[in-house]
Amino acid sequence: MRFRNHLLKPIIQNNPISVQILGLCSALAVTQSLLPALVMSIAVICVLAFSNVVISLLRHIMPSSIRLILEMTIIASAVIVVDEVIKTFAPEMSQILSVFVALIVTNCIILGRAESFASIHGPLASLLDGIGNGIGYSLLLIFVATVREIFGRGTLLGEVVLLPLSSGGWYLENKFMALPASAFFILGICTWIIKSYLNKTKINQRQD
Amino acid sequence: MIDSSDIIFKAVFTENLALVFLLGMCTYLAVSKNVKTALGLGLAVILVQTITVPINHLIYQHLLRQGALAWAGYPELDLSYLKLISFIGVIAALVQTTEMVMERFFPYLFKSLGIFLPLLTVNCAILGGSLFMVQRNYYFAESVAYGFGVGLGWALAIVIFAAIRERLQESAIPEGLQGLGLAFIVTGLLSLGFNGLSGLEF
Repeated sequence: MRFRNHLLKPIIQNNPISVQILGLCSALAVTQSLLPALVMSIAVICVLAFSNVVISLLRHIMPSSIRLILEMTIIASAVIVVDEVIKTFAPEMSQILSVFVALIVTNCIILGRAESFASIHGPLASLLDGIGNGIGYSLLLIFVATVREIFGRGTLLGEVVLLPLSSGGWYLENKFMALPASAFFILGICTWIIKSYLNKTKINQRQD
Repeated sequence: MIDSSDIIFKAVFTENLALVFLLGMCTYLAVSKNVKTALGLGLAVILVQTITVPINHLIYQHLLRQGALAWAGYPELDLSYLKLISFIGVIAALVQTTEMVMERFFPYLFKSLGIFLPLLTVNCAILGGSLFMVQRNYYFAESVAYGFGVGLGWALAIVIFAAIRERLQESAIPEGLQGLGLAFIVTGLLSLGFNGLSGLEF
């Protein structure tokens, strides 16, 4: 039961992006279309699960005065491996994502979970927490990317959904959705919905 | 001289890391509830950027770049894939030092920054500054100016944002939108504004 909570809580209730405010930069930068967002999500889940487990295993022997450097080294090694894997198996994707795979190192979800969870819990709980937070992050990323791709270009995963004017259709692409600022508005509205939902369930629980 | 003031101007306004490249957002949104804390964090970012960008410049140009190790007899060695881990090492070491100094001399500031001071290590604005410095091939003096400029730009953005948020506390906002939701939307508007500066030349 307790372990299930570690996995499920971060998905909506304690979502890393909308509730904990962690890991925003990449959420804004790679969400112009869906495919890069998917690749990014998988990369983040892998790195997060790996780093959480390793840091939790080492938590008793890491001296606290140099823990930051040690944690960053573990995370950076995982990211370099993921980066090289993407470069080898999907070189085109790696060009689209450019520096943002490298910037997973500085994605604060990863250090944030390491500091606040993995350094005080066992390896199994940390693994589940890592996967749960990764999924919570991915859900929001995929949602934002879907909205931006459909309304910005009229396509989804490269397939035409709304036939754009430029190729003889009826849909005028919304250029605003191509600007990074649009992700803020979508995220803002997402947060609004999630928070209203959470408040409502809280009130219901009290009445019960 | 004109070169470096040009670089600073660009880094502060037209290529602001926070509002144009959207880097360092987590700290930006979380530590902007009041102007005083935001200002403290902004100063810490300026300090860390001004020191790390030039240090990383030296490391990259003299140890990691392809052909950089010619003086040691390895003219073909290309260690640039190690840049990520060495930049992060420098940043983490410097942040931890700043943390210790602050705890000793500015305990009030240290307490109010909380977990976000160690999280400066993973502030993408700081790593991003170093990565852009590599990408643009600056000289050493230019990298000092650039480090200072991006730090200043980031500090400016967070102070403006904190001031707006302080004002917003007194307005009536729909319940679910309070706090983070509105913060996203305000940042979106600010970011649109800074995008409008992009045509400016010094």
